[in-house]
Amino acid sequence: MNWTWFHRLGSPPHFFRIAGKMVPWLAWLAAIAGAAGLVGALGTAPPDYQQGEGYRIIFVHVPSAVLSTLAYAVMAAAAAVGLVWRMNVAHAIAASSAAVGAWFTFVALATGSLWGRPMWGTYWEWDPRLTSELVLLFLYLGYMGLRSAIDDTARADRASAVLALVGVINLPIIHYSVDWWNSLHQGHTLLKFGKASMPPSMLVPLLLMMLAFMLYFAAVLLVRARGEVLRRERNARWVIEAIGAR
Amino acid sequence: MLHWLSMGGYWPYVWPSYALTLCAVVLNIVLARRALRAAEGEARRRALTQRSDT
Repeated sequence: MNWTWFHRLGSPPHFFRIAGKMVPWLAWLAAIAGAAGLVGALGTAPPDYQQGEGYRIIFVHVPSAVLSTLAYAVMAAAAAVGLVWRMNVAHAIAASSAAVGAWFTFVALATGSLWGRPMWGTYWEWDPRLTSELVLLFLYLGYMGLRSAIDDTARADRASAVLALVGVINLPIIHYSVDWWNSLHQGHTLLKFGKASMPPSMLVPLLLMMLAFMLYFAAVLLVRARGEVLRRERNARWVIEAIGAR
Repeated sequence: MLHWLSMGGYWPYVWPSYALTLCAVVLNIVLARRALRAAEGEARRRALTQRSDT
C-alpha cells in the first residue's frame, strides 16, 4: 500500500494548503444539506404519533450527539497518530477537535434536557446515556484544561494524547448504554434490529441534518487546525513565505 | 403560521433547542475564524520583523 499521501498530509505546509482549499467546499455542502434538512425537520416531516410536534428536537439533538462522539473519535485517532508518528499536524487536529466536540456535547445535553422535560417530566435524570454523555463533556474539559496547563507544546501534546486515548473507553459506553442498562433514554434512533426505526419522511431530514453537521464539523475543524498549525510553525520559513507574501 | 410557531404547545422546548444549536454553530465558526486570523496576524508580524532585520 502506498502511504505517500499520509506522510504528505503530515507536512504542515501541504496540510495548510489542502485544508484551505477544502474548507469552502465543505462549508457550502454543509449549508445545502442543512437547509434541505431544516425544511424537512420543521416542515415536511409529520408529527410523531406519541410525542406530537415535540419530537422535532430530534433533528438537532441526534446530530449534535453524533457530532459529540465523532469529534472525540477524531481527537483520539489524531492524538494516537501524533503520539506514534510524532506528527505535529495530527496534534493540531486533536487540539482543534476538542473545542468543537465540547460545544456540541453541551448542545446534545441541553437539547436532550429540553426534550426530556415534556416527555419524561424532568430536565435531568442520572440515566446511563445522559451520565456517560456528561462524562464525555468532562473528558473534553479535562483534555483542554490539561493542554492549557502545560506551557511546553510537545509535553502538552503527549500528556493530552494519553488522556484522550484513555477516554475512548467512554465511546462504546455511550453507544451501548441503552442496550446494556434499563434506560429512560429511547433506544437507537436510526437502526433497530437492522431495520430503520423511522419512516422515510422523518429519516431523510434526520440523515440530511446529520450529514450537514458532519460536513460543518469538518469545515470548522480544518479552519481551527490551520490556525493551530500556523501558531505551532510560526518560526518556520514556509509560514513567513506563505503569509508574508500576501 | 401561529399554529406552526406553537409547535403543538411544545414551543418552549422546540425553539430554544433550535436557537441554542444555531448559536453553537455560529459561535464555533466565529471562534475558528478568529483563531486563524490571530495566527495569520502573528505570522505576518514576524515576517515583517524578519524583513526589516535583514
